[in-house]
Amino acid sequence: MTATRPSARSGVDRPAGPSPLRRLLPGAPATAGPRGSTLLRHLAGAVLAGALVVLLTNQLPPYQNLQVARVCAFLCVTAGYTVLVGLNGQLSLGHGALMATGAYTVALVQRAFDERGVQGRWILPLSLLAAVAATALAGLVIGLAAARLRGPYLAGVTLAVATLVPAVSTIFTGVFNGEQGLRFPAETPPAFLGAYFQPERWLAWIALLAALLTVLLLANLVRSRFGRSLRAVRDDEVAARLAGIHVARTQVLAFVVSAGCAGLGGGVYAVLTATVAPGKFPLELSLFLLMAIVIGGLGSLAGAVWGAVLLVTLQDLPSLLTETFSLSGGLAQRLEGNLALAVFGLILIVVMLAAPGGLHGAVRTVAARLRARRRVPED
Amino acid sequence: MRPTTRRILAAATGLALLAVVPACADDAKQAAENVPGVTDTEVVIGTHQPLTGPAAPGYSKISAATKAYFEHVNSKGGVNGRKIVYKVMDDGYNPANTENVVRKLVLDDKVFALLGGLGTPTHTNVLEFVKTQKVPDLFVSSGSRNWNQPDKYPTTFGWQPDYTVEGKILATWVKQQFPGAKVCHFGQNDDFGRDSLAGVEKVLGAVAAKQTYTTTNQQVGPAIGALKAAGCQVVISASIPGFTALAMGQAAGQGFRAQWVVSNVGADYTTLSNQLGDKKVILEGMVADNYLPMVGDTANPWIQEFTKIHQKYNAANPIDGNAIYGYSMAYTFVQALLAAGKDPTREKLVEAVGKGGFRGPGLTPFRYSGDVHAGYSGVRLNKVQNGAQAYFGPTYTTDDGDAPVTEYTEPPTTPPADAIPTT
Repeated sequence: MTATRPSARSGVDRPAGPSPLRRLLPGAPATAGPRGSTLLRHLAGAVLAGALVVLLTNQLPPYQNLQVARVCAFLCVTAGYTVLVGLNGQLSLGHGALMATGAYTVALVQRAFDERGVQGRWILPLSLLAAVAATALAGLVIGLAAARLRGPYLAGVTLAVATLVPAVSTIFTGVFNGEQGLRFPAETPPAFLGAYFQPERWLAWIALLAALLTVLLLANLVRSRFGRSLRAVRDDEVAARLAGIHVARTQVLAFVVSAGCAGLGGGVYAVLTATVAPGKFPLELSLFLLMAIVIGGLGSLAGAVWGAVLLVTLQDLPSLLTETFSLSGGLAQRLEGNLALAVFGLILIVVMLAAPGGLHGAVRTVAARLRARRRVPED
Repeated sequence: MRPTTRRILAAATGLALLAVVPACADDAKQAAENVPGVTDTEVVIGTHQPLTGPAAPGYSKISAATKAYFEHVNSKGGVNGRKIVYKVMDDGYNPANTENVVRKLVLDDKVFALLGGLGTPTHTNVLEFVKTQKVPDLFVSSGSRNWNQPDKYPTTFGWQPDYTVEGKILATWVKQQFPGAKVCHFGQNDDFGRDSLAGVEKVLGAVAAKQTYTTTNQQVGPAIGALKAAGCQVVISASIPGFTALAMGQAAGQGFRAQWVVSNVGADYTTLSNQLGDKKVILEGMVADNYLPMVGDTANPWIQEFTKIHQKYNAANPIDGNAIYGYSMAYTFVQALLAAGKDPTREKLVEAVGKGGFRGPGLTPFRYSGDVHAGYSGVRLNKVQNGAQAYFGPTYTTDDGDAPVTEYTEPPTTPPADAIPTT
């Protein structure tokens, strides 16, 4: 016991020094300066991005639209996650479980209405709101514990949460129906869009709306006073406290916000297939989420977009490869399930070596260099 | 407002206006297009199978056999001049993966029909999707009663006897052979286990003890210990092969001696003895059931024909109950495709199966009709003796309701030339 005590104390009680994640993080954001209203600028950006994606979904076949929808659902999660890990320095490995919380909430709410014969367009937004609320509550509980823990200890606790999901769903089979999971009524496009409107496009629009809302809110949040507090707490807790920031409260709030986003993402993810099962939220999902935001660029919302895209494309990679190269049955079987993990790991290593700031950091560096070169002749 | 902001705003407004213009005309055109998956030379169908994961032992060989049978049919000219292309996707027996691969098959690969999607928990979660896409969803490889809901899922059909039919027949035999014995149930923690238990309890009343397992958790020790503690003399087990092996191995390890009566889906002797290795002697005396010719019955003409196909197209895999299953199901599909006519459509295929009347390797008739989408109507019991699994006693039929369990006496059919149906 005595041997473990010093490390335990240093992990739990001591206010953390500078976050070990610091090397991966972008520098302090440039001062906003007099650039007009942040909200208006972000709103215009969101409308622009949304319109682009809607245009895209109008052209895409059903399966690709479903992929777009999945990217948007994951974006809700990665955006909230990157704020927590990247901007507040709290490493959670339980975001897969938080997604599951949101997904099961949506399923249970929708089933409750369905069993009572209640139907209506308002059930979907209501169930998603319930998902956000339930997950934020779960986030509050975890966050309260998290505010007392640092680094690997926090990761350990949240890891336990992630492994809890399948256990809970199989022990309380009466409510969650074990491995088989729950089904609820599928979301169909409204009639005014026409009889032949692609259901997958409608799903993509729902997910897109959720993602835009999440990113818009988060973008404003991280540029606000609260966002500055997040960074201050991450960089130096003692300094933050001296500056009058309530460290624990900031950390708990960050966890709640991040959990709410994960709940929304999980809920939307469940809506896409109108089912939820524990197999959707294995431990690997939480690890994949972390890798995705690190590869995308920790702490940046643009990086979260990269991460979400990666998460979805890598899911289909093994079947794509086996179809293109007609591999032998045995090899194809071994690749299924393992390949995504291997590729993810490889990309992670390469990105960390070549561009520690993640894909978004690399893009920004390249763009800055190009801009600089263009300016030279003008001078 | 700064110039950049103004520019972005202008662009956003313009794009938003453009985006509102719907692209619906395109969708209507696509809906009216030809039958998906059917060309003059090919019929593309797809399936989801547990090539990896907890259900892979045994089951991963089914689709190889189905594919081999289609290669055999294709080598003889296909069905109405069309070759059958069978796309097999691995879902690892994980319902979350099934949703993904089935969507890929239907939306991206545009298959004509789904054939033999394997698993109760896996396939249950794609029923709604299959329904909205109106894809024929034939011969789901599972005995859940979920597939027999024509009002809710008009394009989904079962194939094997459902677990309630099977449970009733197994329980009837147990009641005759072990009057007054303590009978217990061990089942998968989903509709598979529940449907089986429902059938057993229809005949025996409440069982003395019941335990379940979860496919993601290999620890069956506590469940088996509880059955032992309850003093069970007969255990009726609704389990996939991997878990039959685990449960019986665990029972032997704990010195728990009972008569095991196992559902056909988890009782293939070749698969189980591979799983158990040196410990395979514990399978001696195990009672199970089946509805297809037994692979060890080399005098059976169906087994002879299937063995020929197996040696030519599927020699890398052992010929076992899983292979016979794959061949027999593929045979019924060719019958259905023939019945759908020279120019099959999705509607014609569903209608053809609904009419029923197929006879093939199976011991009993199918139950297909306009309002029943269930497959084989009964089973015959078999037993492992001296390392071989063979039938004994009569063939029984019943339904999943309150119909009595009756003996079925009509002799089995013989295969047509090359084991390829002609009508």
